[in-house]
Amino acid sequence: MREQILTFLEKNSKIDLSELAVLLGSSEAVIANEVAQMEKEQVICGYHTLIDWEKTSSEKVTALIEVRVTPQRGQGFDSIAERIYNYPEVQSVYLISGAFDLLVILEGKTLRDVSAFVSDKLSTLDSVLSTATHFILKKYKDYGTIFGKKTKDERMLMMS
Amino acid sequence: MRDPLGKKVKAIEPSGIRKFFDIVSEMEDVISLGVGEPDFDTPWHIRDEGIYSLERGRTFYTSNSGLKELRVEICRYLRRRFGLEYDPLEETLVTVGGSEGIDLALRAMLDPGDEVLIPQPSYVSYLPCTVLADGVPVILELKEENQFRLTREELLEKITDRTKVLVLPFPNNPTGAVMRREDLEAVAEVVREKDLYVISDEIYSELTYGEPHISMASLPGMKERTLTINGFSKSYAMTGWRLGYICGPKEIIRQMTKIHQYAIMCAPTNSQYAAVEALKNGDRDVDAMREAYNQRRRYLMYAFQKMGLPCFEPFGAFYVFPSIKKFGMSSETFATRLLEEEHVAVVPGTAFGNCGEGFLRISYAYSLEDLKKALGRLENFVKKL
Repeated sequence: MREQILTFLEKNSKIDLSELAVLLGSSEAVIANEVAQMEKEQVICGYHTLIDWEKTSSEKVTALIEVRVTPQRGQGFDSIAERIYNYPEVQSVYLISGAFDLLVILEGKTLRDVSAFVSDKLSTLDSVLSTATHFILKKYKDYGTIFGKKTKDERMLMMS
Repeated sequence: MRDPLGKKVKAIEPSGIRKFFDIVSEMEDVISLGVGEPDFDTPWHIRDEGIYSLERGRTFYTSNSGLKELRVEICRYLRRRFGLEYDPLEETLVTVGGSEGIDLALRAMLDPGDEVLIPQPSYVSYLPCTVLADGVPVILELKEENQFRLTREELLEKITDRTKVLVLPFPNNPTGAVMRREDLEAVAEVVREKDLYVISDEIYSELTYGEPHISMASLPGMKERTLTINGFSKSYAMTGWRLGYICGPKEIIRQMTKIHQYAIMCAPTNSQYAAVEALKNGDRDVDAMREAYNQRRRYLMYAFQKMGLPCFEPFGAFYVFPSIKKFGMSSETFATRLLEEEHVAVVPGTAFGNCGEGFLRISYAYSLEDLKKALGRLENFVKKL
């Protein structure tokens, strides 16, 4: 049940809970209770909106930064990750397997913003060995949603 | 000049619903709940395999019966899902959709005057295909009080010395009815006793929402009397690929293959390659689509109940078949007025046989948003009556 609720909410957090109850063959009270419980347990950590910023007048630059770091004794990567994710302009931080250690997603107003962050703040951290910055040029698909794709029902009405 | 046409084809009535569909296609702002094919795109990995087969230049005929690899996968699938044991080489034929299977089976089995029992309401092609194969269609009228299942009594009542074939269309289009094991057993007993054959059209077999589908051929003593028709259109959302299959006793399959060979050569090659992928790696897609249909089905049943539209709960396919008898008008009048006044298209039950009078077929192969919008309009309409 939980998994089914989450599958819906992940796609549409605005769904009416009474409607969700009908779809899942349950009652509104049960669903509302599960949702509240999952919020409390922080299974549900927030409700966000997926925005195609390119369609707005707002200028934004997003960068993916590969970071190689030296893990610290007793703390591994956690404390360096924390130092990085505390910056509000950092959107996401992931620990990654492979050629580098942390993947940092950064949002800035301008290219200069991003490069300043990398050169002044990120690279100067003690345990950071190297960084490689990739700027995102275009988002085709995010969180399972294809941007700007309109679908038209092309099926024909026939006896089938 | 002499008449270019034969009597047989002229005797077949053109579909009366055509006119209604033409009005729908001319109208703007129509929400249609009339379409009988999945709203999902074919899953990408399956499409990708089809594209890849073209890239590799696999653009030639396959063997008449279909790619061996595909037939092997079909038999594996039928074993794992329905406990059916078929031989891929001698008991399996890949067809151009399930509909070709219906045509082939009737043509291979009938002599002039043989009677074919066709339960209605049902898909529209059984009757004309019977006539084209020189058979005599005999209609079994299914009843709402039996949840549109075929009963032993209904069957016995219509059997004569000329009866040869029973068409078994479950899960059913348009009613959504399913046959439980005990219902099938009762029918099977009569079939064995009266020495009949069954054409079991199981194209909706993946779309059941209560108990899993049971195949007629899996019942004792029925494999040798049953042709099992299935395909990729509904389960994998592959209608446009035109691919189905038919399995059954090898002597019937051999004769059907003859007709298929002369009329068709083989099913589309790239569709066959895509279908191999569907059978190998498509189970999860089927599960996800089934779950989505089931949610919509629940939503429709709830909405009908709220607006006071009586409807038996269907457990198969992607149709609901609500009754409009209490409004005192024919299905066609209801559907026409609903279209004109609220711009919602549904199919009158009579399109699937006379006993569909008093019912509508509503398809839920539509997104929830579309369904919601359409149901809002339907509710408006019902309130006015």
